[in-house]
Amino acid sequence: MDFSYSQEQKMLRESADKFATKGYGFERYKSTLELPGHCDSTLWSQMAELGWLGLSLPEEAGGLGGSALDVSQICESLGSGMVLEPYIAGAVLPGRLLSLCEADTDLLGELAEGKAQFAVAWAEPDSREDPAYCTTRAQADGDGYVLSGHKQCVLNAPNATTLIVSARTSGGDHDADGISLFAIDPQSAGLELKPYPVMGGGYAADIRIDQLRVGADAMIGQTGKGFAPLDVALDHATAATCAQALGAMNALLERTREYLRMRKQFDKPIGSFQVLQHRLVDMFIEVEQSRSMVMMSSVRVESTEPAVRRRAVSAAKAYLGQASKFVAQQAVQLHGGIGVTEELDVGHYFRQLSAFGSLYGSREYHLRRFAATPAE
Amino acid sequence: MNLDFSPEDQAFRAEVRAWMRDNVPQQVGPAIGIPSHKETQFAWERKLGAKGWLAYTWPKEYGGPGWTATQQYIFDTERALAGAPPCGPFGLSMLGPVLMRYGNEAQKQRYLPPIARGEEFWCQGYSEPGAGSDLASLKTRAIREGDHYIVNGQKIWTTQAHWADFIFCLVRTSNDGPKQKGISFLLIDMATPGIEIRPITTIDGHHHLNEVFLTDVRVPAENLVGEEGQGWTIAKYLLTHERTSIAGVADSYYQMGRLHEAVADDPVLSQDPVVTRRLATLEVDLMALEYTNLRTLDRVAKGQPPGSESSGLKIKGTELQQAISEAQMELGGLGALPWLSPAEDVHPVFAGATQRYNFLRASSIYGGTNEIQKNVLAKLLLQL
Repeated sequence: MDFSYSQEQKMLRESADKFATKGYGFERYKSTLELPGHCDSTLWSQMAELGWLGLSLPEEAGGLGGSALDVSQICESLGSGMVLEPYIAGAVLPGRLLSLCEADTDLLGELAEGKAQFAVAWAEPDSREDPAYCTTRAQADGDGYVLSGHKQCVLNAPNATTLIVSARTSGGDHDADGISLFAIDPQSAGLELKPYPVMGGGYAADIRIDQLRVGADAMIGQTGKGFAPLDVALDHATAATCAQALGAMNALLERTREYLRMRKQFDKPIGSFQVLQHRLVDMFIEVEQSRSMVMMSSVRVESTEPAVRRRAVSAAKAYLGQASKFVAQQAVQLHGGIGVTEELDVGHYFRQLSAFGSLYGSREYHLRRFAATPAE
Repeated sequence: MNLDFSPEDQAFRAEVRAWMRDNVPQQVGPAIGIPSHKETQFAWERKLGAKGWLAYTWPKEYGGPGWTATQQYIFDTERALAGAPPCGPFGLSMLGPVLMRYGNEAQKQRYLPPIARGEEFWCQGYSEPGAGSDLASLKTRAIREGDHYIVNGQKIWTTQAHWADFIFCLVRTSNDGPKQKGISFLLIDMATPGIEIRPITTIDGHHHLNEVFLTDVRVPAENLVGEEGQGWTIAKYLLTHERTSIAGVADSYYQMGRLHEAVADDPVLSQDPVVTRRLATLEVDLMALEYTNLRTLDRVAKGQPPGSESSGLKIKGTELQQAISEAQMELGGLGALPWLSPAEDVHPVFAGATQRYNFLRASSIYGGTNEIQKNVLAKLLLQL
C-alpha cells in the first residue's frame, strides 16, 4: 500500500498549480466569463501544448497514456484556481470515450492537439442522470441512420466541433443494450442547439434532434454496445470532477481560515470564538475525508471489475456531493455579508460547488447506484 | 499510489483470518461492543496472550509479536470482522507505551510481561469530579513520606476498575507554578488498603464505570513513572499514540455487515428504498473514514508522524459508530425495546441495538470529548 504520488505526478501537479493560480485566479475567471462559450482558445491551446488534453489518450494517438490519478492532479489544481476552460467535459470525457471505442486515431489526435472541440450528449430530460436511459433513437436507413431525440444540458456543446451522441439502435428506453454512439457535426441539418451558460461558469446546450441523417461511418464503436464505454468514460469524468471539486473545497477552507484570523469583531479575531473554530474544524475534516475519497476513486476507477469501479466512483461522488455543499455553505456563512456577494471569489466557488452537486449524477443517483452494486 | 496490501501482508491477513475463524469463542460474538462479562473477556484475552498476539502493537522484547504498523492494522481488522471484541486498552495501548518510553528497567520487567500474557488487568485513573475536559485541574494529592507516597482523593469514570489489579493515576505532587507542572504519573495496586470502589451504572444498563476513592493510600515511591512533575507530559504522549486504530473502522464494518444481514432477513425493510438509502449513506461515510485511516496508516508504516488528516479520525469514527447503532435501533423498531431480557423472534442485531446505541454515547466523550478534539485542531489550524 502506498498513498504517495509519483515524482511525475508531483511535477504535473506543480505545473498545473502554476497554470491555475499564477496564470489564472479570480480576475482571469471574471474575464473568461465575458468570452463566448466561457473558453479562452489561447488557454485551450496552452493546455494542449502542456499535453493535458491528450494526457490519458493512448500514445499512438498522440496522447501520453496517463492514468486517472494523473488526470486528478490537474483537475484538483484547476478547481482550486477556478479555471473555466472545459477540461473534463471537453477532454477527459470525450477522450476516454473515444479511446474506449477505439475511435480513429486522427480524431483522437485532433482532440489532443486542441484542433477539434468535443462534447458528449448523453443525458435526457427524463433520464435522471442514468446513461442507460436513452429515448433518442437511431433508425437504420439504407446505408446510414436517422436520429431523433432530445438531449439535456450537454456541457461544452456550444464550443464543440464534434458532438458524440448516444442513440438507441435497439431495445427499450431503459436497456443498457442497444445504445450506439455517433459522431455528429453540430451544424448538421436536423439538429438544433439551445446554448446557455451554466451556474458557476461554462456553457452547455439542450439539443433537439429531428430526423437527422448520418452515414454508417458516423457510428463510433460497435452497434448497440455503446453503454459499456459510456459507463466507464462517465465514471472517469465523475472521478475527475470530484478532484476538481476537492480543489475548490480546499481553496474555500484556506480562504475561510485566513478570514477567521484576519477579520476582527468585538476587538478580537473572529477565529477566537469557539463556535466558529469548530465550524472551521468541521470544514477541515470534510475536506480531508473528501481527499481520501478522491484518491480512492481516482485509483479504483481504473479497475477492470465493473462493480469495484462503480462502487468506488459512486461512493466518492455521493460523499463529495454532500461534503462540498457543507464546505461551501460554511465558507459563505463564516465570511458573513461579503460571502453572499459577487465581489469576492468565495461566492463564485460556492456556485461552482453547487453545480458540481448536480453534474455527472447527483448524490441521490450515486447512492442508488452504489446500493444497487453489491461488493464482490 | 497503490491501494492494495502487499502479497506478504495479504498472506498475513489470511493467516490471522484463519486463526480467528477457529478461535473466536461463540459467546464473545453476541456481547460485541459491550464488554460486560469479565470471565468471557479475560478468557479471550488470555487466549490471545498464549498465542503471543494480545499485545499486538508491542515489540518482541516486551512480549509483543513485533509486527509492522500494517500488520497491526490488519490484525485489528480481522479481529473485528471475526466478531471479537477489542481488548482492554488500558494496559495494552496506554500504560504499555508509557512504560516503554518513560518507565525504568525494573518497572518494564515487572509490569509489561503480565499485560502481554493477559494476566494482569489495568484501569486508568485520570478524570475527577472537578477535572474532566480540564484534566490538569485534578486534585488527588500524593505527598512523599520517606519511601512512599500517601495518596488522597477521588477518581471517576474509571472503566473496569472493579476488574483491575492495578490503576495508573495522574496525581498532584505540587501546587506550585502552572497546574500542569505539579502532576505526576503513579502506579497503584488496587489491593492497597484505603481504595474503595463504587459502581456507576450507565445508560446501557451495565456496570463498566466506577468511582474510585483513595484514602491515605500508601504507594511505594518506586511506582512513580518518570520524574515527579512529568505526569502531564506523559499524559500528552499517550494522546499522540494509537492514531491508526482510533477510528474503529473495522468494528464499524462488522456492525454494518450485521445490519445488512438483519435488513436482508426482513421482508419489509429489505424492500424499502428509504432503508436502502440509509444503509448506503452509512457505508459511503465508512468508506471515506476507512481511506482516511489508511492514509494515516501509510504514513506511520513509513515511519512518518501521522498527518493532519488523522486529527478527524476520532471525531468521525465515533460519530459513525453512533450513527450505525442508531440505525440498528431505529430499524429494529419494537424489536429493539425488550430491555436486558431475551427478545423472541427478533434478529439478534435488533435485539441488542438499544444497549449498543446507549453504550456508544460514551464514545464521543471518553478519551477527550469530540469538542476538546476540535479545540485542539482549531488551535493548530488557526495559529492565533
